[in-house]
Amino acid sequence: MDDRKTNWPLTLFLLIVSAPILIMYVWLFIDSVSEINIESIWPEKFTLRNWRFLTEEIPGHGSVWTATLNTTIFATSVVAIVVVLSSTAGYALSRLKFPFRAPFLGIVLLLHSFPSVTLIISIFLMLRMIGLYDTLVGVILVKAALELPFGIWIMKGFYDTVPWEIEMAGLQDGASRFQVWYKLVLPQIMPGVAALAIFSFMAGWSEFVLPLILAPSSDTRLLSVYLAGLIIDDYLSDFGLFKAVGLFYVVPVMIFYLFTQDKLMNIYGGGTKG
Amino acid sequence: MEIRLEKFSKSFGPVNAIEDMDLAIGDGEMIALLGPSGCGKTTTLYAICGLHRVSAGRIWFGDREVTHLVPQERKVGVVFQSFALYPHLSTFENIAFPLQIRKESNADIERKVKDIANTLHIEELLGRRPGQLSGGQQQRVALARALVRRPDVLLMDEPLANLDAGLRLEMRSEIRRIQRESGCTSILVTHDQVEAMSMCDRIALMHKGKIQQIGTPDEMYHQPKNKFIAGFIGNPPISFADGVVEDGRFVAQGLSFELPDQIKGASVSAGQKIAIGVRPEYLQPDFATAIEGEVTFIESQGREILYDLKLGGGQIFRSIQSSEQTCKLGDQIHWGIDVNSVFFFDEQGVRL
Repeated sequence: MDDRKTNWPLTLFLLIVSAPILIMYVWLFIDSVSEINIESIWPEKFTLRNWRFLTEEIPGHGSVWTATLNTTIFATSVVAIVVVLSSTAGYALSRLKFPFRAPFLGIVLLLHSFPSVTLIISIFLMLRMIGLYDTLVGVILVKAALELPFGIWIMKGFYDTVPWEIEMAGLQDGASRFQVWYKLVLPQIMPGVAALAIFSFMAGWSEFVLPLILAPSSDTRLLSVYLAGLIIDDYLSDFGLFKAVGLFYVVPVMIFYLFTQDKLMNIYGGGTKG
Repeated sequence: MEIRLEKFSKSFGPVNAIEDMDLAIGDGEMIALLGPSGCGKTTTLYAICGLHRVSAGRIWFGDREVTHLVPQERKVGVVFQSFALYPHLSTFENIAFPLQIRKESNADIERKVKDIANTLHIEELLGRRPGQLSGGQQQRVALARALVRRPDVLLMDEPLANLDAGLRLEMRSEIRRIQRESGCTSILVTHDQVEAMSMCDRIALMHKGKIQQIGTPDEMYHQPKNKFIAGFIGNPPISFADGVVEDGRFVAQGLSFELPDQIKGASVSAGQKIAIGVRPEYLQPDFATAIEGEVTFIESQGREILYDLKLGGGQIFRSIQSSEQTCKLGDQIHWGIDVNSVFFFDEQGVRL
């Protein structure tokens, strides 16, 4: 991996192809710090007025910091639930014999390919019934549940690549089944766990439909819902503000992605060999 | 520690892998479970270390019955075919793992790991990861990990199969040396007769889930109980020919000779179908009982030359000779066999 050489023609080609996206991001940034005459595309002068949402509340929309905190709690909770449950369930499905294992795997896969939006009405009713409607906990549980099938399958795939003999050796060395899993098997699939954690964090951060329907009020509001709320507000047509909020929303994910993209690629590689 | 298997059976669903196997291994002895693949030798090994549940019968370590104990309670060290080192741990941590699981003090762990590393000549590798070790070094680490907690029993599953030829020779004598030094009762599972014969005190030859014969390497070679054993042990392999008994002679197409006295006297009757087995070293140019045939294959192995001799009835007899090459391909020649060293088998393959 060390002697990766830069392939200039290829780099150039990729640069050209991805230019529209890059330009859009650059423009997003420029627009967010400038005053714009609606009729021209060129910015007129520098301003920080679009970023006023950071220090003051936009009337009727609550604080952006509450939304940011909510989104952070939301995304990290989803990560925690998905990683813990997928890494244990994946192990069980990969290694243990239990009744209905094969049907269970099939159902998990079915759930993964099931469009979650079609479930939204029944989920809404269920959350109302158990009193979790319009709470962060409710929407976290729903999002984590919907992410789980994917996570379980990915984790099972990683576990399948760990040789049985390592586990046999661990048992022989006196470790319990749990110690074998925790001390010997789990470290082998850490790249998979990391990738899954990153993946579900980004999925949580960008989730929109579920919180919009299941947690709409201002103190449970996520950033995506906050942004959408601004845009559909009829008394507000401040495009500079929309762009600034949009940028504020996307920057953490971009930075996060920049640092973790190597690990994320593992999820598509299936497994790793030391 | 003695190991005893009493009427041990193992079945996988409807398939009986092992039926009513009895085996006793003496304290400090090293025994080989030898056999072709699928004969049940690894199944037996996994039952002894507790990874497989026993279907019937009992397993004893000394006077302790371990039949239903889990692997963690058996004090068995195992070296797996793939070595099964823990890739995320250093050599030191790999060897220390069984001790850490037992929550021994750090000072004890340090001392024991150093000791065993010393015995196996791997002190300088303790800081490395398994991925940075050669096959032979990984083998030594696996042995160290199996031996570090002074197990009652050491089990090795094809320990040399993953090594290249030169290393195999070196590790053969190394494993034997370490086994002697540790005094650990050992079982070696292998399909390679050379490994079994060169490393072990005794060999248990298995076929189709049954032990065919147990004995020292010499006994297995010179006193095989049946045709399968005679055919399995020995390289280059023994040659067989079918025939009948007539007037105290063995008669087959293109081959006939007087039966030796101990065969003639006791166990055969006229007209009985029997088979003979002739090891390549007992077919030589100057031996007494003459046979005639065509040389169909010559292979020089450097020090020795291997010939195939095709008899009149189409049987192929092998001969191994250490002298200069005396004939060439297609020659008709008269050589002889040593009748007293020929094995005779009845129709069921049992040696007479």
